[in-house]
Amino acid sequence: MFELLGIPPQALFGQLLLGLINGSFYAILSLGLAIIFGLLNIINFTHGAQYMMGAFAAWMLLNYLGIPYWGALIVAPIVVGAVGIVLERLLISRLYHLDHLYGLLLTFGLALIATGVFRNFYGISGLPYGMPSQLSGGQNLGFMFMPNYRGWVIVASLVVCFATWFIIERTRLGAYLRAATENPTMVGAFGINVPRLITLTYGFGVGLAAFAGVLAAPIYNVNPNMGADLIIVVFAVVVIGGMGSILGSIVTGFGLGLIEGLTRVFYPEGSAVVIFVIMAIVLLVKPAGLFGRTV
Amino acid sequence: MSAVSEAINLPSANASHEMGMSGLHKAIFAALLVAGLMAPFVLYPVFVMKVLCFALFACAFNLLLGFGGLLSFGHAAYFGGAAYASAHAAKVWGFTPELAILTGTLGAALLGAAIGTLAIRRQGIYFAMVTLAFAQMVFFFSVQAPFTGGEDGIQSVPRGLLFGFIDMRPDLNLYFLVLGVVFLGLLAIYRIIHSPFGQVLKGIRDNEARMTSLGYRVNRYKLAVFTLSAGLSGLAGATKAIVFQLASLTDVYWTMSGEVVLMTLLGGMGTVFGPIVGATVIVSLQNYLATFGDWVTIVQGVIFVVAVLLFREGIVGVIAKLIRKPL
Amino acid sequence: MKKTGLIAASIVGLLMASAAHAQTSIKIGVLNDRSGIYSDITGEGSAIAAQMAAEDFGTDKGITVEVVSADHQNKPDVGSNIARQWYDTENVDVIADVPTSSVALAINDITREKNKIFLNSGAATSDLTGSKCSPNTVHWTYDTWALANGTGSAMVNAGGKTWFFLTADYAFGHALERDTSAVVVANGGEVLGVVRTPFPGTDFSSFLLQAQASGAQVIGLANAGGDTINSIKQASEFGITQGGQALAGLLMFVNDVHALGLDVAQGLVLTESFYWDLNDQTREWSARFEEKTGKKPSMIQAGVYGAVLHYLKAVEAAGTKDAEAVMAKMKEMPTDDPLFGKGVVRQDGRKVHPMYLFRVKTPDQSKGEWDLYETVATIPADKAFRPLADGGCELAK
Repeated sequence: MFELLGIPPQALFGQLLLGLINGSFYAILSLGLAIIFGLLNIINFTHGAQYMMGAFAAWMLLNYLGIPYWGALIVAPIVVGAVGIVLERLLISRLYHLDHLYGLLLTFGLALIATGVFRNFYGISGLPYGMPSQLSGGQNLGFMFMPNYRGWVIVASLVVCFATWFIIERTRLGAYLRAATENPTMVGAFGINVPRLITLTYGFGVGLAAFAGVLAAPIYNVNPNMGADLIIVVFAVVVIGGMGSILGSIVTGFGLGLIEGLTRVFYPEGSAVVIFVIMAIVLLVKPAGLFGRTV
Repeated sequence: MSAVSEAINLPSANASHEMGMSGLHKAIFAALLVAGLMAPFVLYPVFVMKVLCFALFACAFNLLLGFGGLLSFGHAAYFGGAAYASAHAAKVWGFTPELAILTGTLGAALLGAAIGTLAIRRQGIYFAMVTLAFAQMVFFFSVQAPFTGGEDGIQSVPRGLLFGFIDMRPDLNLYFLVLGVVFLGLLAIYRIIHSPFGQVLKGIRDNEARMTSLGYRVNRYKLAVFTLSAGLSGLAGATKAIVFQLASLTDVYWTMSGEVVLMTLLGGMGTVFGPIVGATVIVSLQNYLATFGDWVTIVQGVIFVVAVLLFREGIVGVIAKLIRKPL
Repeated sequence: MKKTGLIAASIVGLLMASAAHAQTSIKIGVLNDRSGIYSDITGEGSAIAAQMAAEDFGTDKGITVEVVSADHQNKPDVGSNIARQWYDTENVDVIADVPTSSVALAINDITREKNKIFLNSGAATSDLTGSKCSPNTVHWTYDTWALANGTGSAMVNAGGKTWFFLTADYAFGHALERDTSAVVVANGGEVLGVVRTPFPGTDFSSFLLQAQASGAQVIGLANAGGDTINSIKQASEFGITQGGQALAGLLMFVNDVHALGLDVAQGLVLTESFYWDLNDQTREWSARFEEKTGKKPSMIQAGVYGAVLHYLKAVEAAGTKDAEAVMAKMKEMPTDDPLFGKGVVRQDGRKVHPMYLFRVKTPDQSKGEWDLYETVATIPADKAFRPLADGGCELAK
């Protein structure tokens, strides 16, 4: 049988597709981080915890209020985003005049608190969250069995990423946002409420994390630590793409998913570290990231 | 890095005191030594040794962050790497404790020099990310490499005979070795900070471009301080491995890198004595809150938040401000 | 809540101390994971189980018992620090539970050095009664050898001849894979392949597809906790079990199955030494346990109960709490408790009792929240654990 790098091409193609699906999560999460960094100059270390809170919100909505998956997909990001807005107003907004590093440390502390609180209330084994019945089952693509839900993850993330990119790069609101990043005083002088814009942006970025959390709930274990290790990887994705670059984080998210998928076939033990190797190389060769402006 | 230096401007403001040790600092060092000598008779010696190791670790980290202006998010690599090296040397090669500790320290310094060479080419947040990336690779290596024992770590490390004839098994004997090592480490850091080299470092921290224009080869200084900081962190990690007779993945995991930032921030970045206070507080908290499970995490988180929002100078930084003297 | 537990414990202690014939006072330290991945299967539940053992032992035997507990956070350094402190400054006589093999091995050393007693229930490593065995340690509930043996031999005998392993890439995963492979091969099966997955991992779909492509009849999950849960969840999603391949969880607990839900976990085969619904005695005890904790006990929590009860009986019989005398009594007296039935503690410290092979019920078969298992096979005590001679323990000679 014809083989590519010692692997039947069908199997390889299947693995690439899976990589792309994982890349979808990286893309949504890193997009949120990139938006927040771009506008607020804050490295949002709480992002992983907010992703976790999204998954938990989905579980709570289902179990306490009877709101199913589809409702949770909309409500959970709004709720978690609102919590984010409160945090931004009360705490994070006090740090804008300081170095990035303080934002990083503050949100690191917030992430510890959130994780600890959820562990106290829900334990660590994780909570069951069922697959929405409309998406259970899957298609036989010939080279692999493709669960419908994974297909949905790709579609949903592509739509969300494209919509976000469109809003920021192609609409008037996005133009305000980009302008406020460059020169907040000037934009304020035009009568635009810059602090409110910043707050809403933070809420939106957090909402994206929560959206990814809801997407993840049916296929990954919903537990308080689910975001803790992911955040480091997503960070690396954002750095590779170029801090604050919207397009960069999307493309890099999907791209690294693919590379990680390949590593899982050829050197599975190394798949957890390949992203960091790439990050180190990219930073040394092109410090501003693949899509970043030079600093 | 402007804000970091803004927050930690205080110690370097008083330049006249910087050469040689001021009377106040002499008194504090003496008090620390006396406290160190008395502590094992009041408190549980193993616990005090843990505090000492982390105090040295935090001070070594602070040398880089507070005086070099470089935030490393991967210092666990040197601390944990040295722990593995010294544990391996003591257990497998049968080294005496002082040689095992030396092995770990040198190993960490070499690792620091290698990683530092690459990392110092970047600044600010990028520098932090590169150090984190390398630390993750060290972690990955520690999980994989056969000699580290995976998640079991290297256990039952013999405490051995100091210089080949002093039995280190009784806690008190080992305690005075650890106290000596840590105290010398702290003095070395103090000396580095207050040497001409340290002055250049502060100059770079406050305004890198100016130092470059004055003809200093900035990168050499950065690499030197990175290597020193890594080596001293290694000294702390290597000593800890001998104390607990154990080197494990905890020491190289990224949360350890976060903890040392917390200790330094809480005690006071860029102060001489701050990290000692920070390490003492955090280690005690972990020790005494151990019964309460998750609350350790939550309390640490709250400390982070409060420290960043309310007192960025840290405990010692605030005291220094009150008494208007650098500490 | 944890604090009240302690206070209640000390009040019980005080009351008992005031009894006229109180002579021996025992302090039991329950050291386990109270915040991390194993906190549900050990944690406060194990401390409560130890407390229940003290109560069931009785307050009229001249022995007062105090139970303290702490969180080792699955870190050997934290655990050994607490253990040293307990032994050196707080007069703890015995440490119980201690999940996480790396921490357990550290406590094993310290307990031996300080000549106290270590009643392990939570850790899986068979080294505790093998190459690292200690005269001061009893390993009560299970170990990797028993799990591998139970699941491995039963699956092969049921026709699962070809295996593919998903192995968490760390020493524990490797040990589980090695032990199970040996059992599979010894029973006439074949190992088709292995994939080492980074630990801890989230997405296992890629590895599961590799397992699927191998065509093996059984996919052995040589991992634990969240890794196992994620791989099972995703195996169900990718239709692996529907495709005719069976999943074997090599280290799974009833709480993991509970967390997964029967929809996902149904059909999974696993080995445990205790299940709340085994017989009237286990049901009665588990109901009491559930009253206090709101959950059914895991086998580890049951093991803490059994081990502490046996220890207290040995102290009574020995008339002293001297470690050497009590250990001798523990090995000499047959064990008998409502949860594990009759058994013995071997010279190497291994407690032997039957192991059970369970299959997870389908949602239709289940009659309640915790009605999760059906018993497939009982592995008799003399076959359930590694033979004394094979462990390489110096005490066995």
